[in-house]
Amino acid sequence: MKKIKCECGHVNPEGTVLCEACGKPVEENQHIDGNDKQKLLNMRYDGSARRSQTYNKSIVDKIWNFFSSVKVGVWLIVLALIASGIGTIFPQEQYIPANAVSRDPSIYYEDQYGILGLIYYQLGFHNLYSSWWYMLLIALIGISLVICSIDRFVPLYKALKKQKPKRHTQFLKRQRLFSETDHVTDDEKSTLISSLKGKRYKVYEENGHILAEKGRFSRWGPYVNHIGLIIILVAALLRMTPFMYLDEYVWVREGEQTVIPGTDGEYFIENKEFILDTYDENDERFREAIEQEGMVDKNYQTNAVIYKETGEDIAGAEPELEKVVEDEIRMNHPLNFDKYTLYQAGYQQNEFQNMTFKVHETDDPEEESLGSFTVDLTDPKDEYRLDNGFRVAVSQYYPDYELNEGEPRSKTNYPRNPAFVFTVHPPDNEEPEMSFVGIGRNVDATGENDYKLGVQDFETRFASGLTVRVDHTLPFFIIGAAIFMIGVIQGMYWQHRRIWLHPEGEGMMMAGHTNKNWFGLKKDIEHIIENTNVKMVDDQQEIE
Amino acid sequence: MDSLLDVSSTMLYTAFVLYLIATFFFGATIKQKNNRSKQGISGKIAITLTIIGFLAQIVYFITRWMASGHAPVSNLFEFVTFFGMSLVFAFIIIYFIYKLNILGLFALPIAMILIAYASMFPTEIAPLVPSLQSHWLYIHVTTVALGQAILAISFVAALIYLIRQIDQTVRSKRTTWLEIILIALFLFIGFSFISTAFNLSGYSAEFEYSFNGETVTTDYHLPPIAGPNEGELLTGDRMEPLFDAPGWMHGVDAARKFNTLIWSVLTGLMLYGLTRLILRKRVGAAIKPFLKKAKPDMLDEISYRAVAIGFPVFTLGGLIFASIWAQIAWDRFWGWDPKEVWALVTWFFYAAFLHLRLSRGWHGERSAWLAVGGFAIIMFNLIAVNLLLAGLHSYA
Repeated sequence: MKKIKCECGHVNPEGTVLCEACGKPVEENQHIDGNDKQKLLNMRYDGSARRSQTYNKSIVDKIWNFFSSVKVGVWLIVLALIASGIGTIFPQEQYIPANAVSRDPSIYYEDQYGILGLIYYQLGFHNLYSSWWYMLLIALIGISLVICSIDRFVPLYKALKKQKPKRHTQFLKRQRLFSETDHVTDDEKSTLISSLKGKRYKVYEENGHILAEKGRFSRWGPYVNHIGLIIILVAALLRMTPFMYLDEYVWVREGEQTVIPGTDGEYFIENKEFILDTYDENDERFREAIEQEGMVDKNYQTNAVIYKETGEDIAGAEPELEKVVEDEIRMNHPLNFDKYTLYQAGYQQNEFQNMTFKVHETDDPEEESLGSFTVDLTDPKDEYRLDNGFRVAVSQYYPDYELNEGEPRSKTNYPRNPAFVFTVHPPDNEEPEMSFVGIGRNVDATGENDYKLGVQDFETRFASGLTVRVDHTLPFFIIGAAIFMIGVIQGMYWQHRRIWLHPEGEGMMMAGHTNKNWFGLKKDIEHIIENTNVKMVDDQQEIE
Repeated sequence: MDSLLDVSSTMLYTAFVLYLIATFFFGATIKQKNNRSKQGISGKIAITLTIIGFLAQIVYFITRWMASGHAPVSNLFEFVTFFGMSLVFAFIIIYFIYKLNILGLFALPIAMILIAYASMFPTEIAPLVPSLQSHWLYIHVTTVALGQAILAISFVAALIYLIRQIDQTVRSKRTTWLEIILIALFLFIGFSFISTAFNLSGYSAEFEYSFNGETVTTDYHLPPIAGPNEGELLTGDRMEPLFDAPGWMHGVDAARKFNTLIWSVLTGLMLYGLTRLILRKRVGAAIKPFLKKAKPDMLDEISYRAVAIGFPVFTLGGLIFASIWAQIAWDRFWGWDPKEVWALVTWFFYAAFLHLRLSRGWHGERSAWLAVGGFAIIMFNLIAVNLLLAGLHSYA
């Protein structure tokens, strides 16, 4: 590696633009920061030697240089920005409304949005945020973050550590804030120093040369916040593994108990009661709004008990359960136990619990009951024997009946719209008869049945929908976000200000630099030169 | 209860009027010859009025909170009003750092436009749906509004910078874009103007149309230029729509919103046209001479400083607090809901702004254009995402 020795005696690494110690421009490297074309020095990284600006030979150099360019970084950000925006033009697949014509994306987008919707779907924009190219874009931003930060942080850190109070006059004259005073007394100098100290500057002295500095740590802000972002990106990667992240959904009916999916049969939940409250339409405060918008849910919650399986795991045996916790689960109030969290995600109103059917003669206008039976809809028996000798066999059961292209089927496994095909065996060993019975349906397949079945009564209940979550990545996200905030505040709310005083014969040069808020630095300088005849610095870069 | 709400509305109105008067006093500072260090009397009156107006709006906020039982940031009216209030707050802070009167002349009218715009939405107190019943409502929404308001100050300073700096002697791309920004402000005024006019006249026309297979009705408060797609006018004695809204507009009440948009654009353009007729030059060119006294590098710095201060606040409120609440309420901290995505877009945009400025040396005019772009994204997220893109956040 070619070292560069400055006239001040300091040895700089190859690629240095401004001597780390005295700031004298290194002749052959001025093009790197564009100083050769400007009156003022580019102070962005204090003229330190960055790898990306120094080497450009091997393939590694080329890759490094590509990712360490802020221009590339900004382009990646802009691309991610545009892509993210495109993803909101039409709803993403998971937000296709439940009442849509079809929740099948290949139908929905074209049906709802016409040709544009079809193109949107065909380009895969309905799953944009989990597409390979979007993830690649984010990954590239991550790589850019790491390389940019290393490329700049290391040399900047070294340069600021090695800086000396005595600076080269060329360095001083080419700072944005500069002044030269012909005559400055020792008294005035000590006034300056004490005012600098009063403004909480750290003052370093070397043979009468002064460097006053404050807020250097704010220069590390960008690198700190980038570390936070990288932790967040790593956490997002980890979240894709089942080991770190679990996402299940469970329906549990009022009064029922069921195993919690994803817990390997270890935990059970009992739904003791489900409560749904709506706002009182007579409440004076909200009357107008409810009149306009309709009823509004106030609260829905599951009063739940969590049990843990404690006994030996014997197949077929009733599990031995021990109560772990009893609590209310509602929106904004999830339930935590062990490593799991349960969230109140939805509910199903009026799900059927049981139905009571009666048998009567087909031609009886009074429909007088000959006998009745009750079917538990979550667990229907194969056959029901009635007191009067009738036998009714359950030939088919559709918990959530619908007709799909002429074929009866069940939309879900939940009794939301139950329908049955019964075989009725009359007591006197007459021929068995088939009957189709559902809510609002009663079909006699042959039209020759002597007996008819009717729905006599039914009971409904709530089903509570809960998400089951395990997310071990949350702490990483929290740490990442916290580090990001610390970094961004460190970098944005503080500034790195430096003021140099350079005795020159009887007189003195003064220069100032800050990484932001020049207005604040000027105010500082105005304050410290009070009661002296030191000239106020000129701003050599005023916009006109 | 009603009296509390009356106090609340009166205080909001008072705040609006005070901001208006304060604007005139900020305007009066233009003519003064004295420099920054010696504050003129009108500048002092202006900032005092602004602060009193701000306090009045705080009273509005607190009384409405007391009346409704929840922080009034739960629907579009309440949020946009709060955003306007935060803008005034951010302005007051920046004013005391930089003592720049001209900033008030632009910041207050923009706050007023926002408040006027907000009050065109339903102002009744609405009950909170379960997902909003959390302390995070106050924490998240107030921080977001404050962050966006500080970023909006960046826009205000950038706008002044652009009007001051852009050469108006010849027509160019830059003068055209500047006029477009100004026209956009006129459209907001147009919206408030036309809505108020027809609200006062009590106009109403009911339509019936088919939406997602169901027959629904909608109530127009502006004469229907665009009616619902294949809709039927129910109210007699009203004009028939000139044309139907296109069928691909599927949002809730899309046709009515589209109609409102048409009216806003027409009224805004008419107001702009009238202004042009009176001024006989571009609006930008007409304002420019009054801004001579403002120092461009000071404006540039304020614009940047506002981003530097606002960006962390916005990140905290719009992304971090938002994620924490989403995790508690919706079991996931991030779900690619349009509002969330646009918060991310905003964040990306200002991140790009900061990188361009800090590492690529985009100062002055380029930085100013970027600040305008950032504000456009914020307004898009505030208005378009709520009204056009359905999602978990469309509460209004």
